[in-house]
Amino acid sequence: MTVTRAAARIAAVLAATFTAAAFSQTTLRIGLAEDPDVLDPTLARTFVGRIVFAALCDKLVDIDEKLNIVPQLATSWEWSKDQKSLTMKIRPGVTFHDGEKLDANAVKFNIERHKTMQGSNRRGELAPVASVDVVDPMTVRLNLAAPFAPLLAQLADRSGMMVSPKAAQAAGEKFGAHPVCSGPFKFVDRVAQGRISLERFPNYWNKAAIHFDKVTYEPIVDSTVRLANLKSGQLDFIERVAPSDMPALKNDSKIKVARIVEIGYQGITFNINKSDLAQKHPAGKDARVREAFEAALDRDAIVQVAMEGEAVPGNQWVAPSNGWYAKNLPIPKRDVAKARKLLAEAGVPNPSFTLMTPTTSDAQRLAQVVQAMVAEAGFDVKIQATEFSTSLDLADKGQFEAYVLAWSGRADPDGNIYSHLVTKQPLDYSGYANPEFDKLITESRATNDTTQRAKLFAEAAALEHRDRPIVYLYHRHWLWAYTSKLSGFHMVPDGMVRLQNMRLAR
Amino acid sequence: MAAAIPANGIAVPRELSPWQRALRRLVRRRGAMVGLAVVVFFVVLALFAPWISPYDPLATSWSAVRKAPGAAHYFGTDEIGRDVLARVIWGARASLMAGVISVSISLAIGVPIGLAAGYIGGWLDMLISRFTDAMLACPFLILAIALAAFLGPSLANAMIAIGIAATPIFIRLTRAQVLAVKVEDYIEAARAVGNSQLRIALRHVFPNIVAPLIVQATLAIAAAVIAEASLSFLGLGQQPPAPSWGSMLNTAKNYVDQAPWMAVWPGLSIFLLVLSFNLLGDGLRDALDPRHV
Amino acid sequence: MFRFLVRRLAAIVPTLFFVSILIFGLQQLLPGDPAIAMAGEERDPNVVAYLRGKFHLDEPLPVRYGYWLKGVLHGDLGDSVRIQRPVSELIVEKLPVTIELALLAMTIAIVIGISAGIVSAVFKDTPVDYAANVFALWGLSTPNFWLGILLILLFAVKLGWLPASGYVSPFEDLRANLASMIMPAFVLGNAFAAVLMRHTRSAMLQVLSSDYVRTARAKGLDERVVVLRHALRNALTPVITLGALGLGELLSGAVLTEQVFSIPGFGKLIVDAVFNRDYLVVQGVVLFTATVYVTLNLVADIANVLVNPRMRG
Repeated sequence: MTVTRAAARIAAVLAATFTAAAFSQTTLRIGLAEDPDVLDPTLARTFVGRIVFAALCDKLVDIDEKLNIVPQLATSWEWSKDQKSLTMKIRPGVTFHDGEKLDANAVKFNIERHKTMQGSNRRGELAPVASVDVVDPMTVRLNLAAPFAPLLAQLADRSGMMVSPKAAQAAGEKFGAHPVCSGPFKFVDRVAQGRISLERFPNYWNKAAIHFDKVTYEPIVDSTVRLANLKSGQLDFIERVAPSDMPALKNDSKIKVARIVEIGYQGITFNINKSDLAQKHPAGKDARVREAFEAALDRDAIVQVAMEGEAVPGNQWVAPSNGWYAKNLPIPKRDVAKARKLLAEAGVPNPSFTLMTPTTSDAQRLAQVVQAMVAEAGFDVKIQATEFSTSLDLADKGQFEAYVLAWSGRADPDGNIYSHLVTKQPLDYSGYANPEFDKLITESRATNDTTQRAKLFAEAAALEHRDRPIVYLYHRHWLWAYTSKLSGFHMVPDGMVRLQNMRLAR
Repeated sequence: MAAAIPANGIAVPRELSPWQRALRRLVRRRGAMVGLAVVVFFVVLALFAPWISPYDPLATSWSAVRKAPGAAHYFGTDEIGRDVLARVIWGARASLMAGVISVSISLAIGVPIGLAAGYIGGWLDMLISRFTDAMLACPFLILAIALAAFLGPSLANAMIAIGIAATPIFIRLTRAQVLAVKVEDYIEAARAVGNSQLRIALRHVFPNIVAPLIVQATLAIAAAVIAEASLSFLGLGQQPPAPSWGSMLNTAKNYVDQAPWMAVWPGLSIFLLVLSFNLLGDGLRDALDPRHV
Repeated sequence: MFRFLVRRLAAIVPTLFFVSILIFGLQQLLPGDPAIAMAGEERDPNVVAYLRGKFHLDEPLPVRYGYWLKGVLHGDLGDSVRIQRPVSELIVEKLPVTIELALLAMTIAIVIGISAGIVSAVFKDTPVDYAANVFALWGLSTPNFWLGILLILLFAVKLGWLPASGYVSPFEDLRANLASMIMPAFVLGNAFAAVLMRHTRSAMLQVLSSDYVRTARAKGLDERVVVLRHALRNALTPVITLGALGLGELLSGAVLTEQVFSIPGFGKLIVDAVFNRDYLVVQGVVLFTATVYVTLNLVADIANVLVNPRMRG
């Protein structure tokens, strides 16, 4: 064998070894149910975008599975005596993906960016923050106009995400095309409506907890196809498994499933005051009709049939297992006789109204089950399938009678109540305008005392029960499925996929 | 058109008219006959649905959710306990209507416009042709989706959307046929005799362009049934609880593992109906266009 | 020839103008305030107001059309609100994907369609004819999305031969790219195969019964030579025109196929944009594809005239 031939052989072997080493990188491949929108925490507006952020952008604080606030980029915090300022200590030694340091100035920059950037979706969330002071290089103080209890919960989401000031200033509004944050993974590239690729950030402050070299997110809208990808081994992890697929997965030894109750809810919103239509249909005019409607519902059966049991029945803005649930207002049992009696009292034995239903399969199944159920009490519910974007617009204008609407939920119950039920708030589609209710919720924001807040929420819940602008039906399970080679997945009710401590066996 | 009488006055057996000859050719083509038979079968199914259907297609039953085919339910039940056979039978109505009504709309709008463009010509023709080109340059399904989204999700709106989106094909076909026929001798003759434009258009031009329209219409019905199913996939077609094969298939795709019967029957029905319309259309084309024999 | 060219070119301008009005109208008339649809879950009134201003949503329709058209003529198709990137950038990024899918689908369509057409014509009115017919037609007789899902379940889940969905760039991994494209290309090409079959069959039948071929047969030429050399050549002439037509059909079919197989091409882009009311994306992409379609048609017409001067009409 000539020298050149031998050299070539050696080179080939070496090359093979090195490429083998390169290929022994671990990549976690995740399947998403939708395509995320812009990857800029200030502008982002979708639930699914937050899943990518969980790997890309760390936040000041995070929540655990019990919805307690835990440290992330901030190590400790303290409210002032008058509850009007929050002093936070920043974790030392944290750098952004571009090498810039995270310090108090960076935090101030970010909060101000969230508040002032054109098109920012965080302005409403951070409205109570009047100003930010840099106390010392690693301590920052947020000054509020008035006490605002839900603030920490806001900082556990996009409002608390920190981006590199240098990169943000350089990119301006194009920042989302190449985000630079401080999370465990940094942005590599993104095919629009296709794969988002991230790679490990070697200087992550908690790098010991990260066991992947790369993460990819692939949006696959159809749940059947998404699951097929998992089964065929092309994906390692998928979110939002269809409830109908869960029973079969139980018997699949190569796949593990996980479920946890969400912090949101699924309910039916009635137009009781949003527009003139409220007075034109029986369910909007008379609270007794709404009470009869609720009495005709068997939430357990709804959950069984419409959601294959992958939900828990509920009748408040938080689930019964949630600490904020008002235990004195339990879920009523179905009582068709009572329903008929109420309808007779109200003088409308056969009320008829239109139920605006988005064209998603969950909403449609729910609507059909409800329609059939309340028919037994005399209700004539007409299902009006409406495309989702259109339905939002119609709801905003009050051009509906009843609306099947779900809410993804926020860690603090205020996030499930304020925008939806306080007078003239953007998501108050029912048009509910009760000054007593408003006062209770406003007070609940003004104190950090959990006992006091619980009392206020319970009183507000009682009012909601009496007036029923929204009939809450159930709280869905977040459903995940992943290869049995994956371990360490930590379920949190906000539906996020936190990559810390997850491991993929070979 | 009467049979020709030879000049020497000797009687000869009557020739068959072109329509009768075409019919003979059609009958001889077995594929088309099978297609016709299947179409008729489904039409009968749709017409007599209230009497044939074993159950109310909307009747839910919590205890009979996703039961496999058996004695009580020949085709099984769906995800909220409705009988699949009943829904397939009633769904024939929706799917057939989706096909026939959409195409009727296309014909009703497209043929008069095409006639006008071809016969009158001039700037009217130019305007219509450019607009038709524009519609054809946009992908058919995109037009249908945008129209259906505009009108709102329902079977009726889907039919209108599909009908409008398919109109340019008929405009163009009609126009091309009119242009070909316009220069024929019998048109010249009719004009020379003093017939009005309208009379010429309706009595002389139209009957001679009908054949390719029939063929195209048959094939378009097939495409329209598929289009309704496609719109249902996106949530824009027939809305629940009313059944249509397309929306049944859309729901069933989520249950292919646990309840395959939910998808098999509507899928098979769509396949058979659309295939049959295609075979029938091809057969008609062979039969009606003498050049294609 | 020159006059013909000028006339045809002149026809393109009004066509594209109509396309722009058509697609603009369809998007703007969609119910629902685009600003609300784009504003996200929290529906912050500040964001809604900002979006309304940015997209001139409070101005009358013709004015908005004017803004958009002016941008188009300067090469600026606007930005996608949802992902904050210029529409033109999205088009450039997705064009190769769509072209690859269309070419693969066209190849499959040609292979299936033309061979089925040949067989069907040569063995006319025999069971082989019917079998070839049904074989080519079955792609047209099943909804795209359904066929796609069945294929995924069979080839990806049960057999594991192919990836279930997704797209890999050919520059990254050619084998994976082809593996990910073959099923969607098959689903797409299937439907168009029927169109090609019909055309091939009728063109061949036309020639096979003509005097020219009868003479060739009488001369004692081998049947295969007759078929392949003479009849087929006649059948293939209008292929150019069919190719242009095919692009339109394929793009239509791609809309659902890309959804099911998660191929990031134009089809998926447009559908998502319609539902998210990201209307600048829809308008820009449709205008682009319409321009390509019209141009291809023009090229086909020119090619036809060059090949067959009698067609100048």
